[in-house]
Formats: sequence, structure tokens, C-alpha cells
Amino acid sequence: MSKARLMQGNEACAEGAIAAGVRFFAGYPITPSTEVAETMARLLPKVGGKFVQMEDEIASMGAILGASLAGAKSMDATSGPGFSLKQELIGYAALAEIPCVLVDVQRVGPSTGQPTAPSQGDVMQVRWGTHGDHPMIALSPWSVRETYDMTIEAVNLSERFRTPVILLMDEVVGHLRENVELPDPSEIEIYPRRQPKKTRAEGYEPFEPDEDLVPNVADFGKGYRIHVTGLVHDDTGFPVGSPKVTADSIRRLHEKIARAEDEIVKTESYFLDDADYAVVAFGGTARTAYEAVLEARKKGLKVGMLRLKTIWPFADKAVAALAKQVKGILVAELNYGQIVQEVTRAAAGACPVEFCGKYNMQAFEPDEIESQIAALCGEAVK
Amino acid sequence: MIERSYEKYFRQNHLPHLWCPGCGNGIAMKAIVQAIEKKPGFTQDNTVIVSGIGCSSRASGYMNFDTLHTAHGRAIPFATGIKLARPDLNVIVITGDGDCTAIGGNHFIHGCRRNVDLTVVLFNNNIYGMTGGQASPTTPVGKKATTAPYGSVDRTFDACKLAQAAGATYVARSTAYHVPHLVNMIAGGLDNKGFSFIEALVQCPTAYGRKNRMGSPANMMMWMRDNAVMKAAWDKLPDEKKTGEKFPIGLFYSQSDIDYDTAYDEVIERAGGAKK
Amino acid sequence: MKSDISIKMARCKGCGICVAFCPKQVLALDELGKVRVVNGEACIACGQCELRCPDFAIFVDRVKEAAK
Repeated sequence: MSKARLMQGNEACAEGAIAAGVRFFAGYPITPSTEVAETMARLLPKVGGKFVQMEDEIASMGAILGASLAGAKSMDATSGPGFSLKQELIGYAALAEIPCVLVDVQRVGPSTGQPTAPSQGDVMQVRWGTHGDHPMIALSPWSVRETYDMTIEAVNLSERFRTPVILLMDEVVGHLRENVELPDPSEIEIYPRRQPKKTRAEGYEPFEPDEDLVPNVADFGKGYRIHVTGLVHDDTGFPVGSPKVTADSIRRLHEKIARAEDEIVKTESYFLDDADYAVVAFGGTARTAYEAVLEARKKGLKVGMLRLKTIWPFADKAVAALAKQVKGILVAELNYGQIVQEVTRAAAGACPVEFCGKYNMQAFEPDEIESQIAALCGEAVK
Repeated sequence: MIERSYEKYFRQNHLPHLWCPGCGNGIAMKAIVQAIEKKPGFTQDNTVIVSGIGCSSRASGYMNFDTLHTAHGRAIPFATGIKLARPDLNVIVITGDGDCTAIGGNHFIHGCRRNVDLTVVLFNNNIYGMTGGQASPTTPVGKKATTAPYGSVDRTFDACKLAQAAGATYVARSTAYHVPHLVNMIAGGLDNKGFSFIEALVQCPTAYGRKNRMGSPANMMMWMRDNAVMKAAWDKLPDEKKTGEKFPIGLFYSQSDIDYDTAYDEVIERAGGAKK
Repeated sequence: MKSDISIKMARCKGCGICVAFCPKQVLALDELGKVRVVNGEACIACGQCELRCPDFAIFVDRVKEAAK
């Protein structure tokens, strides 16, 4: 008997979270992410975890940060408007180095926008939405099974780097139903909660960075009596009003991610070996772009695709290499132009970068992208 | 002298604290640790202090426990997460009038409604002190603030009535003048398995007192002495005598009811999940 | 002497609360604005000063007569 199950992207996200060891979820209903919360409400008590529906988006973000500090791997899910409300506490999590995963199933905006319609308009909001200055990790799945895997990866990355990680989904994948076969739990790698390596008597300081620049902050209730604050702090965790400590702290937050970028940033290439042109896409749009590339290939166009699995940090190296290889890049995304700016920056003029955007509530049809591929190829041939 | 036993609850290397001369926050903070000291179930390693932002909320940094200084208004959600993730920990929230009843007002009422087992101590100084004296939801009508230079016309919240109406299972008020009473009110909150709310009136001589010509810190405390009426006496007072600046203190409400975590354990049971 | 008054000077901010609530005028603020014992003999060890000191700076211990 097949172990395949028909499952929605949002459900796969919740299943992946449970598999990754998430035992606390706080949320607030918002379309098109709500099924993540609903599935967590059903699954968490089965594994002894806790679900709480909070009074608003801000509260649910606060609750997962508290739970994480108390040792529980924690997750929250929302959509664009809710994400905006959580921004202050996302910044808090970045500075106070609290592991957590926040799922953003994007919808058309701004404002209340088109709640049940697909969009990829939060690319820049997830990177630059908070006040201040910190790095961000964001992953974007293109299938139901990958949603499961990437949720696990998001939890692992958040634990490893003690930083908030965003699972940047879209309505296309969130509400997509596919038959998936989930991996055996024994095949799943789990990054455990980091633990102090010293006692207080041995000079333990909760925010002293380890060799990978990430501190081994003790969970509450372990006898370390630590202090956690959103104020800039030194290794002791207490606020310090010093320019040097401030600069060192902000530099370390960036550097702990930057030095591991080669491990964090993942892309997938399709038909690029002999490609003269390439499409860059991510999330649900990449599914359509892939179809478009297949069709274009059938017509003899030498086109390939680079799929961004990691949105932030941006795949600078992969895009720069691609720009040197091909004669033109087409960026397809469901917005007025966001990731295209990053692609243009990373391509650094090595080849033309064209934009294929859509923002009318509807996902791409393959021929919409295919016609732009043809135009790109034709124009460059001229 | 004999070193006071409560001193162990303070991070000695962080004292003296940053509060202004005569600020009542120090009195309220000491009252909290003295209440903790009365409770054998509360140790420095199984108790977490969570605070928001503002003068009150700097208290967490001075207290020798696991401590969490959160964002403005958000102490109760953070505390909720801690308590649900680790029900064996005691969680105490320190907040202020702006933090709890303005920016955090929604979290406050819903924390009460959920009856999460938290003890919330509100240091009410009737003003935004840290930002220099702006009007808060507890600045009395007619009193001056930098944002109410002609006297406040905003009507005030009675945080205790709010807590009770929203479902808190223990509600009390005391003042920085009535120290032993304040300690007892907090201690009662620690005993309650559910959402406990204690409003501690504290004097802010710098931002509130000076602007409203209330005199020295001691004078502000004498005002508390002269205007606070114990609940038993207050209840017997005819309405026409509940005038001027008189206000009741004491235990206003106490009702045993199932707390969120205990209720959720039943959910885990029904779902067939193993208890952690 | 019925009492032993101790002051942690580093903590005292000179707010005057202890001075105001002392029923026997034992305490005063000095030229630098910090608390000073000016009439120790009058102290009845009531502890009002310690009770309301917001800075945990003043402590009063009752001294048994026999221990003098």
C-alpha cells in the first residue's frame, strides 16, 4: 500500500513543524495561512505540545518568543497584513537571538488587499520590514512535499543560528493539494536546542558567542538566571550604552549568518547546462515558470531555470554565475517587481535582466511566461 | 547589621537602580521579592520575571531570576508563552500603566480572560515616566502631563475593575505607602493558580508629581496614606462619601477557576497525547 | 541606644522619604543631600524608614539592652 497522502501545502507545513520538534504554536486566523494554525491545533496536543489562539498577531508572535525562551521549539503562521503587525517582535527575536519560525503565506496587498488570492508581494517586507538592522533567513517552497521539508529546515536553521526564520509561502503552494509521501522520522535530521557549555562558576555568559558566532543562551528554568532584553546588550545579556558594544553586537548578528551563507543559500537549476537564456523564479510561480521553460524547450529555445529556494540571504553567487553564463535573464514573480531588483543587482550588468510580473489576483499561466521567454530570446538575437 | 534575606533576590552588581530619587518603583519591586520569599514554592531557579517597557519594566534587570525585558506592551503574551511551554515555572509580570492598559491593553484583557497562571503586578505611577511625563490611561482627569498641558480630559481606566470584568481570578490594589499590605496582596496573587492582578500605586515625583505640584516623594506617599481606604471600610462608606480623591485598596476579587494550562491538559488528554 | 541604624551610602539618593516618615526626627539629609543619623538616641526602631526606602539603603536593627 502506498504511504502517499493527499495533503495541502499549509497542512504539510504543520506536519513538518511537528516532525521538526515544534511543540508550541501561537497564532491568529488570517487567510490564506489559517490551515497551518488549524492543523497545529489538531496535531500539537497529540504529541503533548500546546496550541494557543492569541488575541492578535502581535500577541501570537510574543507568545512564541516566550515559549522558545522557555525551551520549546515554536512557530507562528500569518499572511502579509499579520506579518506587518509582527515586525517589531521579529526585530526583537533577531536582537535577543530567540529561535522561532514564522510562516508567511502571502496574499495580494497592500492593506487587506485580496485575501484569498496569490501574490509574492512580501519579498522585501520579510527582509526589510523591521526597524533597525539585522539579517534574515527566508525560504520559499514550490511544492507540498518541499513545504514539509523546508519547514523542518526552517526550524533547524532557527535553532542553529538562534534567529527568526521565515517560511515564505504563497497561496498557490499553501492551498495546493498533492499526493505526498512523507519521510520516515528516522530520516529527518533535527538540530537540537543549543545548550550552555559552561556553568556560571566556569564563567558562563548567556550571549557570549561560540566559535560560529552564535551564543548558547540557556533556556529559562535551567538555573542560569539569565537576563534577556531587546536593548543592545553585551555578552552578559544586560544593556550597555556603548558605541563599541553596539557596533560589535550588530556586526556579529550579521556575520553569524553571512559566514554561513554558502550552507544556507540553496538554489535548484533546471536545463541550465546548455542554456542561452534563463528564468529566475521561486515559490508557486516557479511551478508555472518550469512549465513555460519546458514548452519553450520543445520549441527549440535554449532556456533553463534557476529556482531560488532560499530568498534571504539572496543567492548572489548563483545569480552572478548565471548572468555570466547566459545572454539574458527573465525574472517571474507575482508582484510589481521585488526579487527582480535583487537579481539585477547580483547580475551586475553581466547580462540583461527582464521582468515578468503579475499582480491581478491570478497566478501565472505558462504561456504568459513562455511568451516573455520568446521575446527575451528574440530580442537578444536581434 | 544583619544583611536582609531579600537581598539575594537582587542582582547586587546592578544596584543602585536607575529610578529617580523617591520613585516608588523600588518599593514595589522590594514588595515583590518579599512576597516571593514568603512562598517556598517560588525559588530563584523556578521563577521567571517578565516585564514590558517603561520605568516599571526596568525592574526585571535587577531581580536575580531568569528575567525577560520584552517590548512595549507585550509582557503578557511573552509570559503566556513561557507558562504554557514550562507550566512548572512560576511566572511574574511587572508592567506599568501605559505598558499594561494602553499599548498592551488587548493582551491584558485577554490574559485575564484566558486565566493563564500569571501574577501581574502593575506599577501605576499615573504617567509615562521614561519618556518624560506624557498622559497615560490612568492619569486622572484634570491632572497635567506634557501631552496634557491644560489638564487631561481623557477619562481613566480603573485597571482593577477592568481585570475583574475581563476574567482575572485574583484582583487587588495597594500602594507604595502601605508596604506590608502590598506584600500581602502580591503574596495572595502568587498563591492563586490563575491570572492574578495586583495594582501597586507608586509615586512618580519627577514626571507626575512635579508637574502637578504634589510636593516631595514623601508628600506623594502621604497622599496615598490619606486617600486610600481599605476595602472593608470602603464598602461601608455611603456613596456620597466616596468623593474627592479617595480610592479603595485591598483584595477586590478572588475566585477559583480552571487556569488555561490545566484546561489545555484536558485537551491533550482528549487528543490522546502524552503529557510532557 | 535601642537600635542600630545602617546605611548603604552608595544606594542612597537623598529622596527624603525616610526623613519625612521618621516619627522621632532621627534622620536628616546632609549637605550632599544624603541621609544622615542626627539623633540616634531617639530611634525607637519602628522601621518606618527601612520599610519605605525605595533604594534599600537604610536598615534598622533592634538592639537588645543586654547586648549593649
